[in-house]
Amino acid sequence: MGSELDVRAEFPILNQSINGKPLVYLDSAASTQRPNSVLAAMDRFSKTSNANVHRGVHTLSQRATDEFESARVTVQNFVGADDSAEIIWTKGCTESLNLVAASWGGANLKPGDEILLTNMEHHANIVPWQLIAEKTGAVVRPIPISDDCVVDLQTFREMVTSRTKVVGIKHVCNATGVVNPVREMAEIAKSVGAIVVADGAQALAHVPVNVKELGVDFYAMSSHKVYGPMGVGALYGRRELLEAMPPFMGGGDMIRSVSFAKTTFNEIPNKFEPGTPNVSGVIGFAAALDWYESVGKEQIWAHENQLAQTLRNTLDQIPGVRTIGKCENQAPVVSFVMDDAHPHDVGTILDSHGVAIRTGHHCCMPLMERLGIPGTSRASFAVYNTNQEINVLIEALKNVVDIFSKC
Amino acid sequence: MLSELYQEVILDHGKKPRNFGQLASATHQAEGYNTLCGDRVIVQVEMDGETVRNIQFVGAGCAICMASTSMMTSFVKGKSINEIEGVFEVFHSAVTGGEADMEPLGDLEALVGVKQYPNRIKCATLGWHALSSAFKSPIQEEK
Ligand SMILES: Cc1ncc(COP(=O)(O)O)c(C=O)c1O
Repeated sequence: MGSELDVRAEFPILNQSINGKPLVYLDSAASTQRPNSVLAAMDRFSKTSNANVHRGVHTLSQRATDEFESARVTVQNFVGADDSAEIIWTKGCTESLNLVAASWGGANLKPGDEILLTNMEHHANIVPWQLIAEKTGAVVRPIPISDDCVVDLQTFREMVTSRTKVVGIKHVCNATGVVNPVREMAEIAKSVGAIVVADGAQALAHVPVNVKELGVDFYAMSSHKVYGPMGVGALYGRRELLEAMPPFMGGGDMIRSVSFAKTTFNEIPNKFEPGTPNVSGVIGFAAALDWYESVGKEQIWAHENQLAQTLRNTLDQIPGVRTIGKCENQAPVVSFVMDDAHPHDVGTILDSHGVAIRTGHHCCMPLMERLGIPGTSRASFAVYNTNQEINVLIEALKNVVDIFSKC
Repeated sequence: MLSELYQEVILDHGKKPRNFGQLASATHQAEGYNTLCGDRVIVQVEMDGETVRNIQFVGAGCAICMASTSMMTSFVKGKSINEIEGVFEVFHSAVTGGEADMEPLGDLEALVGVKQYPNRIKCATLGWHALSSAFKSPIQEEK
């Protein structure tokens, strides 16, 4: 039995009743909750340092700019990038991936070029590529996976040719918790000079992330998946690539000079950050990473992985229940299907017990199609979850079985 | 509350949907698809003028969606488009929590419990919406 981490009280939102029952929040893969220190950092910024960044000579603007840039260094260090200029603020993973597809893809893809994406990608790492493929004549091809939702490395190796220009990989699968072999895949991709675009949405909170060790060219992140606020995130990009890429959006702050005859663009990262950014969001994101490291990543992972493994073991013993996805060191996301109950019904019944899970296709429709299921029920864990909550979930699932075995 | 949603009649229709399977004699058909949860039903109707002579459906979805579509097919058989659309209006109003006289609903009233679950209302109306579009979608004869 893993020890419970003593952090629950730092998450005031968890202390409430839902439908008359204590809230059991098992939907952290959709969005994690935020500890007091994150809320306080954002509040403090608003009360003491709020001003526009990069624009004023006045003290407050300078203070806001300093905090904003210092947050960039926090993210840089967190993912092991060489240089804070390689971290671009975005509104999240989705925007990060769109930025790469539109800017790098728009400048580099040619008719017949291939974009290889794992069959388990989130729509956020599929649709932007389809859009740019449409414009450039490039072709999007799925990388096959096994019934356990594991990438078939052998087939991948055979698919990679001189036509391969982009390889898109979800670091950790939001629908199954499967951790992809990003480093091995990046090595294979590098052998033909393809760029590697990793979707790190689910990884930051659950597995070690070091962009240099992974060997990726781009790495997309969302703050709200790692104890921070929503609507803010980042893109790591290799300097050399970012410098050669055209801007993604135009506006203020991203230019060096503008005239109607010619505009010259700013250096990275500013080239990719037009307009007033979500400064308090960025402050909250950095505060979340600081908090996460201060609790201790390894301890958090040990705790949440123990919870997930306990749940998987229990579910595997219930007749008519099947867990989806299997790999070593699986992240704490437990997806399952039940013979007699559709995920949507499971979700409603669990909610009446105060248990929040996610049901459906998890924005991975090609994965669901590959697995031949309409969707799954997904319980996902974070630092604040407890063994007692698993008991509540299991009791609630027994209620599901009762209801659907009635007739 | 949960027991109002998952009543026996609903569970029964959900598990053993009536009028399920392809309808060879269909003259009209349409699909209903809920992108949020992936529920999908295809409703096939054999029209006799303005009257539903026969109706079947295929598809997959949650218990509420399957039950509602199943109960709908039993209910509309032999009725005219006008009658059916009148009842759909009452049904829609009832499941969205509006004022409604339940009288014309008959058995369908069992589904009204869904009004307490706003994110499930679409499950209960999907089959009906598909039927409405089917009325406007004659099957083209293959030449
Ligand atoms: C694997 C994965 N990629 C991308 C995203 C999109 O993240 P966001 O909605 O923050 O842009 C998510 C979140 O749902 C995700 O789980």
